[in-house]
Order: sequence, then C-alpha cells, then structure tokens
Amino acid sequence: MSAAVASSACSSTNAGSDIASIFDTMSYGPAPEAKNVVDAWLDDHDRKFGHFINNKWVHPEGRKTYTTKCPATGEDLAATVQGEQEDVDLAVSAAKTAYSSWSKTSGHYRARILYSIARHCQKHMRLLSVLESMDNGKPFRESRDADVPIIVRHFYHHAGWAQLMDSEMAGWKAAGVVGAIVPWNFPLMLLTWKVCPALAMGNTVVLKPATYTRLSALLLAEICAEAGLPPGVFNVITGGGAMGSMLAMHTDVDKVGFTGSTQIGQVLRRATAGTGKKLSLELGGKSPVIVFESADLDTAVEGVVDAIWFNQGQVCSAGSRLLVQESIFDTFLSKVKERMTHLRVGDSLDKTMDMGALVDESQMRTVKEYVESARQEGAEVFQAPCELPKKGLFYPPTLITGVQTVSTVVVEEIFGPVAVALPFRTAKEAVALGNNTMYGLGSSVWTENVSLAMEVAISLKAGSVWINAHNLFDAAAGFGGYKQSGFGRDGGREGLFEYVRPAWDQRAKPTVADFDLKKFGETVAERPTISNNAVIEVQSNGIKLPAIDHTYKMYYGGAQKRPDATYVRPVLSANGEVLAHVGEGNRKDVRNAVEAAHKAAPGWGKRAAHNRAQIVFYMAENLELRREEFALRISQLTGQTLDEGRHEVDLAVERLFYWGSYADKYGGEVQETTLYGATVKIHEPVGVIGIACPDKNPLLGFVSLFAPAVIRGNAIVIIPSERSPLLALDLYQVFDTSDLPGGVVNILTGNRDHLTKYLAEHQDVQSMWYFGTAEGSKFVEYVSAENVKRTWVSYGKDRDWADKLQGQGEEFLYQSIQAKNIWIPMGDIFAN
Amino acid sequence: MASRNPGVEFDPSWFETVHVNLPGIKRRAEQLGTRRTVKKQWQAAWLLRITTCIDLTTLSGDDTPSNVQRICFKASRPIRQDLLEAIKMHDKGITTGAVCVYPNRVADCVRFLKAAGASHIPIASVATGFPSGQVPLKTRLEEIRQAVDDGASEIDIVINRHYALTGKWKELYEEVCAMREACGEAHLKTILATGELGSLTNVYKASMVCMMAGADFIKTSTGKEGVNAIFPVALVMVRAIREYFHRTGFKVGFKPAGGIRTAKDSLTWMSMMKEELGDEWTKPNLFRIGASGLMGDIERQIFHFVTGRYAAAHELPMA
Repeated sequence: MSAAVASSACSSTNAGSDIASIFDTMSYGPAPEAKNVVDAWLDDHDRKFGHFINNKWVHPEGRKTYTTKCPATGEDLAATVQGEQEDVDLAVSAAKTAYSSWSKTSGHYRARILYSIARHCQKHMRLLSVLESMDNGKPFRESRDADVPIIVRHFYHHAGWAQLMDSEMAGWKAAGVVGAIVPWNFPLMLLTWKVCPALAMGNTVVLKPATYTRLSALLLAEICAEAGLPPGVFNVITGGGAMGSMLAMHTDVDKVGFTGSTQIGQVLRRATAGTGKKLSLELGGKSPVIVFESADLDTAVEGVVDAIWFNQGQVCSAGSRLLVQESIFDTFLSKVKERMTHLRVGDSLDKTMDMGALVDESQMRTVKEYVESARQEGAEVFQAPCELPKKGLFYPPTLITGVQTVSTVVVEEIFGPVAVALPFRTAKEAVALGNNTMYGLGSSVWTENVSLAMEVAISLKAGSVWINAHNLFDAAAGFGGYKQSGFGRDGGREGLFEYVRPAWDQRAKPTVADFDLKKFGETVAERPTISNNAVIEVQSNGIKLPAIDHTYKMYYGGAQKRPDATYVRPVLSANGEVLAHVGEGNRKDVRNAVEAAHKAAPGWGKRAAHNRAQIVFYMAENLELRREEFALRISQLTGQTLDEGRHEVDLAVERLFYWGSYADKYGGEVQETTLYGATVKIHEPVGVIGIACPDKNPLLGFVSLFAPAVIRGNAIVIIPSERSPLLALDLYQVFDTSDLPGGVVNILTGNRDHLTKYLAEHQDVQSMWYFGTAEGSKFVEYVSAENVKRTWVSYGKDRDWADKLQGQGEEFLYQSIQAKNIWIPMGDIFAN
Repeated sequence: MASRNPGVEFDPSWFETVHVNLPGIKRRAEQLGTRRTVKKQWQAAWLLRITTCIDLTTLSGDDTPSNVQRICFKASRPIRQDLLEAIKMHDKGITTGAVCVYPNRVADCVRFLKAAGASHIPIASVATGFPSGQVPLKTRLEEIRQAVDDGASEIDIVINRHYALTGKWKELYEEVCAMREACGEAHLKTILATGELGSLTNVYKASMVCMMAGADFIKTSTGKEGVNAIFPVALVMVRAIREYFHRTGFKVGFKPAGGIRTAKDSLTWMSMMKEELGDEWTKPNLFRIGASGLMGDIERQIFHFVTGRYAAAHELPMA
C-alpha cells in the first residue's frame, strides 16, 4: 500500500482562522453547542443540589458535599450532597409509602404517566443532552443522537408495557421498592433502563446515580415530577459508593437493579445474599468484533469506530477485542489506522468531535496504565495523531497490536478508547477466541455470508450479537450478559421479569443468623445400621426368600456410578425403617457429574426441539407404565396413602407432558426494535444447571425442576430429595428407556448442602437452583458471586408443587433460559 | 492540475471479491452530517471553496443561447462582488469550477465566457448519448470529438449500463478506453448512472473499471435517473477512489450530480471528501458538484454571513 491518502484532518485546525486561510486549508473550526440554558438551570438551583425525594428537593443538614465537574473543561458545575443512612431511610420510606398506592394503580394509569414523561423528556431534549455532555464529557452529538432519543424511546415503549401488563404479564405482580444503582458512562440512559420497567410494572424506585455524574438524574427527576409522576414513585439520592450498599441492603428494598463493574456487582451479590431481594446485574465486558474476509471491510472499519470509540470506549459492550481473519489482518488494520487519522477529539459540546473527554482523572490514569502495560509487554501501540485540547481529560483513540490471548490488555476490560487486535484463521477459531473471556455482553460479526454470520452469532456466548453493526440499542430488545457480564436483561419483555414476582408469591424476608460460610455443608457419612432395617422378602414356591439387595448408584454421564468415596447413606421409610442405601456424594462426584453435563450440553442444546419433546413425552409414557411401583414407593417413603402416591405419579406424568409441550414453544421471538431488519431474541439454554430438590413431593418436585431445565436444552446436575432420593434413582431407568442422551440429567445423592456447596462453588456451573433452607439459600447466593452465577433459591420457603401456579409456569421458563438478541440489519436495494 | 490518471490494464481481481454492505453504508452516510459541521467564517470559507467546485449546469431540451449566456456570466461572478469585498475574498478569482452543457451549446459557452472575460473557466460537455447512452458507439465517440473540437475541455460521458448490468466489465473497460482516447487532452468524467446499476456492488465495480480505463473523474449520475447523488452511493465511489489510489498512486476525482440543492448539503458533501479521502480531494481538480440551483443558496448564505440578514431572492442575480 502506498502512503496514507490523507493528511490528518485534525492537524489543520491550528491554521489561521481568517476566511482566506480557511479557504486554502479547508480546516474545521469550533462549533460549540450553547450551554446557557444548562447554566441557567444550575443557577436556578444556586448550583447546590440536594436529594430529590417525594417530588421535593431535600437538603439535609450537615452533609458533606461533592463538587461535580465538567471533564472536558475541568469547570465546577455544582455542589451535590453526600447522602448518609438517614437519607437512604427517608427515600426508601417515601418509595415504600408511594408503593402502596402506585402498585395498585391500573396499567392504563401508569401508561398515561409514562407517556407523559416521554413527552416531557422530548420537550426538554436539548437541556437533557447538553447537561449530559457537560456532566459526563461525552460528545454532544452522542447525547443528542443516541442517549436522549433512547431515553425517550424507553419511556414510550414501557408506557406500552404498563398498559398491557394485565394481559402480557398475567400471573405476575410488582416486586416492590427498587433500589437502582447506575454508572457514569450513560448516566441517563442506564437509569431509564431500570426506572422504565420498574415503574411500568408498578414498582417504586430509589435511584443512586454514579458519583461523577449526578446532575442529569436530578434533572430527570424534576421532569418526571413536572410530567405528573406522583410523589415518592421515583426518588434520587446522591452519595458515594458506600451509600449504594446502604441502599441495596436496606431491608425495605425488594429489588436491586445494578449496572456497573463486575467487581461491584459481586459485592452487591454478596451483600444481598439470602435476603430475599431480587437482583439483576449488568456488568463489564470485553466484547469481540469479529471481522471475516467476506466482510465489507470499509464498513467494518466504521463498525470499529462505533464499537470502541463510541463514548470514548466507556461502554460496557465496547468492541474492545478486534478479531480479524489472518488473510485480511494487515489490510484491515491499515484501513483502521487510516480511519483513525480522521478522528477528532475535543470539547464535549463541540459538534465536530468524534470523541469527548474521559469521565474522571482516575479513569484517565487506568487507561494510561493499561496502555503502558501493553508497551511493557512489547506490544505495538498506534494512537490517532489528532490534536488534543490542552486542558481536560482527553485520550487519543488507540489500537494495540502484537498482543495475544495472555496479554493483560486482551484479558481485562480497559473501559477506554483502546482496542486490541488479534488474528484468527478459521471461523471455528474465531468463535473460540470470541468466547475466550470471562465476559459475555456484546459481540459483532462482520461478513456478507449469511450462513456464517448466523452460525457464529449462535455460537458466541453473549447477550447481544450484532451482525455488521455494533452497539445498537433499543427499548424492545433486552440488553445484558452471559457469564461474568451479569444476569437479567434491561429492555424488552425479557427485562420486565426483573421487576416482577409471581402473583402468588410473597417476598421472603428470612432471618438468618450469621454462620460460618466456610463450614456450610460439612458432613460426616453414615455408618452401618442394624436395628431398623426393613425386612423385605419375596415368596417363591411358598418359600420366603430375602429380596435381592438393590444397590442404588448415582447416575451421571448416562451410566450408574459408584460414589467416589464409597460411603453410603440409609434411606428411611416414613416409619423409620431403612429401605435402602444410596451413595454419599462428594466434591469429586460433583466434578465428574459437571464434566459429564458439559460434554452433553452442546449436543443437547443443538438438538431439534421436536426431539427433546419426544424424549420427555416418552418419559411420561414409561413412567405411567410403572405407576403402581412409584406410587407404592411414595407411600412407603412419605407415609401417604397409596392413592395419594398414585395422584403424585399422575401429576408427575402430566407435568412431563406440560414441559414436553414447551420444548418447541419458547424459542424466542422477533423483537420490534427500530432496526430495519430483524432483531431476533433467542431463548438459549443457560448451560449447566445445578439443582437441589426439596424433600417435599420427592417425585413431583424432582420432575417439576428437572423437566423445564432439560426441555430448554440445559444439562443438569441434580440432587434429589435428600430424605427420599429413591424415586429419582428409580427414574434413571425411565431416562435410559426414553432415549435421553447420557449426561443431560446427572443425579447425585447424599447430603444436599454438601453437594450444593461444590455445585455453587463450581466455576463452570452457570446457574444454581436451591430448594432448601434459608441458610443454604444465603450460602448459594453468596458463593455464586464469584463467577456471577445465576441463582434461584427458596429462602427456606416451601411451595405447593401440586399447585399449577406454583409448580409450573413462566417462572420456570425464565429460570431455564437466557435471552440473546441477534441484530440482523437488512438491505441491498437502493434504487431501480 | 496534477498528472492525469493514465489508467491501467484491466484486472478484474481488483473488484471481483468486493463486498458492499448497504445497511452499514447507510449508517455511515447518516452520520456524515452529524459528526461534522462548520460555522461562522469556516462556513463562509467552505462555501466559497464549494463554489469553485461547482459545475454550473444546464441540461435541458429548451436550452438556448440566452440562458446559456446567463449561466456563463454567473459562473464568472458567482457571488455578488460587494459581498466578497466585505469578507476580503474579492481578489481570489472565485468562479465556479466549470459550466456544464449539452454538446450543442459548447460553442455558445466559448463565446459567452470570452465575453465575460472568463475563458479560463472550463467548459464541460456531456456526451455519448446522454443521458441514456443508448446509441451506437461510433456515434458516441463522434459526439466526444465534436464537443472537444467545439471547445470543451471536460467530457462527462455516460457509461453503458447494459454492460454493467450483465457483468460485461471487460467490454465496458474497452469502451471507456476508447472514449478516453477520443477525449484527447480533454478530461474524462465517467457518469455511472448509479440509480440504474441495481446494487452498490455494481457501483463499486463500475467505479473501478472506469478508473482502470483512465477516467479523470467518476461521477454519480446524470441527474435524470430516479436516484441521483446520494451519500450511500458516494461512499462506495470515494472508497473505490481510495482503493485505486492505494493500488496505483493515481488520484481520481469525484463528482456527485443531481439533487444537491442546499448549501448545508454541499457542506456535508465537502466534509465527506475531507473525511473519506483527505484535504487534497477538497479542491476543484479532484472534486466537483454538478448542480444548477445550489449556487443561489450558497450566495444567500454568504449574504447572511456578511449582513446578518436573510436575503430576498430578488436581491441576488439569478443563474
């Protein structure tokens, strides 16, 4: 390639500014957006802000203040309050009071209010945009063209969900008081991602904006009040990070919605463990941009601009890892570099800038350190040769090459305008590299080959996959992560579930005394019993014979397995006799079973849904053949009558039919986003799910839990009723005769909490369902923070498995899937 | 003017495997006008520069010497002298880039430009069966020669869409080579009539073939197709120009034509040239805008810049 075409566009800004010189140089000049209205708004408040609670400004006495600054100019904007516990209490109590009336309003009432807020946001669009750019440092173009339109769209879209809640969310009700904690990168946009679904579903909200960016949230609260939102429904309190924890841990907060770093997400997971609060986490990312040789390379270059230089790269779904096919690696990167020479960085209110300022000095330091570390590791660092303003927190667009999978800058989230580039050879390798990260938030695939694009999109473990685009957002499509990028979705119907609970359910508020988490699940195996063994005999030709010993084994990888350590535990009948022994599983059995599950999971997930349905219907068929045997077993183990046992078997058969029916009816849908093309939501399996079953309904409880997980393509490691595991073990013969592939259902027996411990602590178990004690629930949630595992726990509460509302339904589907949205833009026709 | 593009041997591997993604191109096209803007004296200076890049055009069946005379005079003094004096640009020799007419009006242009004391302004003539190109090659080549003989120094030919739509790229290449030869010293601008090429991939291929055949400029459209100068098409063409430059070192110019009517639009076009190709492509040797009404709006904007007031139409001399 010959020398770069262009002299840098940004280098010519310094030339003379008289018309004759500009006529020669064709330089750009300043194009500032006026900030006089924002200044007037700040002055209206004497540049001093309190909390906004109950639609009023609250200025508590004696608080420290925090001065919020404009990162582009360093100018002080206003003083804000550093809230304390008392302020959290006041705001939560306001929200709680408001909840009693707001949650009872009709969907139509709430729709009118949300519609009004959307309208009022539109009326104040300019003010919101200018303030957002001043407070955060992002280019005004972005707040005007992206952030604020998305906010407005969110309110409109969710006005609709409020209107339709009765029909579209039948069987669900509001979760309660929501504590929302949002970061500084999209201060307004991300708060609406929490507030809109929360309000639509009848919740009330206390919001804590990020430390650096508080002002736009306060302005929005004022606008909501102007729009007619009743007092207490949406409250904003400002403060430091510690206040976020106070809010999350407040006993009257029923749901915590968080967007931010993985590290803080983990802190919140631990802090709320065992409290019965709902939690959703939208965390970090290291999203790949995968460019194939079959791509429109020039368009892919623009995609890189959208992916990593949007909002200075301070985007959780920033495309920070460029994976480029080796055959075009050099060509593509030289195109990217040439494009970089045209990027302009400067004042966030200047309308000719591609990038603005980083949010804070500390962020600037982190970015510099990462780039320095890459240099130290021998990488090649290319930075756009653009002129940076002398003052303000500006960092040039940066591209790092000569790095590999082990490099720090490839592994860790930088959260700045820094992309790293790695080559790959084949599509298979591209997928492997794309998934070789602890995150899974976004990703983009660049190719004109539609078959390749779809297969790669399906294979990437990420919540959003954009084909030939990056960083597209819309209220109708949920945004959220796989793996350590979190759980829960913001937007779409899938996002509503984060702000509701089943209508029959009341939030558990268990009181769990402090206990040593390290000792949870400790156990000592049982020893031989001689006094209470059941006498089981058979009659043969009039002669009584002792029945042949039936040794139950565990079941994983499609085969019966002895426990790793040959200890057993006796299984008692209702009247205390030892009916049989089952294996006492330990951590190695968990390890083996999880491994078997992972072997089976990909194939099972890819099987035709019809085939999964057939297998589960066949299970029902085979279970019914053994109806009497299972009924007798239930009766022996639980002391219920034989008829009651038959009833439970019948319910289990019906439940298998119910879930078999859902095997091919919950695959996802087409989302009605603003994209010209298709946005397809796919309900993907969660992966490997650990399940600890309740003691109650030893057959029905087991079936109710394994079946939804399995029909949605997950592989499971399941601990049946600790007291009465025999029914589940009898069922593995049914599995074998029903053509269930080995490794899809893996059954471990033994001490429930002991096995739970190792499942919940396993880094490659994607979700843990626990139906046991309040302590166990706390343990599961707490230790799941480590790999940001999804959890579903009972907090020590029983549910009525025979009741169709409680024992089946959408709640089970929600737990069995994760939503991936694939954005597929279309178009080739432009003229005749 | 820098050295002309001599063209290269036909090599289909330069365009055979190209992919053009329309949704992605549209996204970029939509952002051209939102990522950049110029205000105040920058805007005034840019508009003057754009003036020098305009091919002031009249291409109608009812063109007669009188209206051709009017555009020739307007081309020589596109902005009111008092306005230019107010911003000290009166001595920069600002004229439009060229006048652009049908072959039958070329001789008129020679006469009127001379009368206006502006014989240095190039005369561009459309040719080769403009706008459809559906006439025999022999006739088309003869038309070029005639226009050149009459005094045209730039020839805006239309390409043979039949060849483009049926994939006969070699045939197209040979035809354009013949036209280039017929032009002699006159510069060759090849009109792709992109609105009739069916796909952006074809736009790219046609761009590359014309450059290989020695085009000095590639031009979007005749102004007579259903879709004329639009940014998605322009992006594909300027990126082809960039690629051709990278491969050969020759700089080929770009001329959008048809539908560019406002000063604001023209600024975005200029900005696209600067962003996608660089500062060198912001001058009349490598950038032209084919337009008839645009000049009036630019003059209005200059009026506003100078006086702070919005002009009435009758205050500015019509073209």
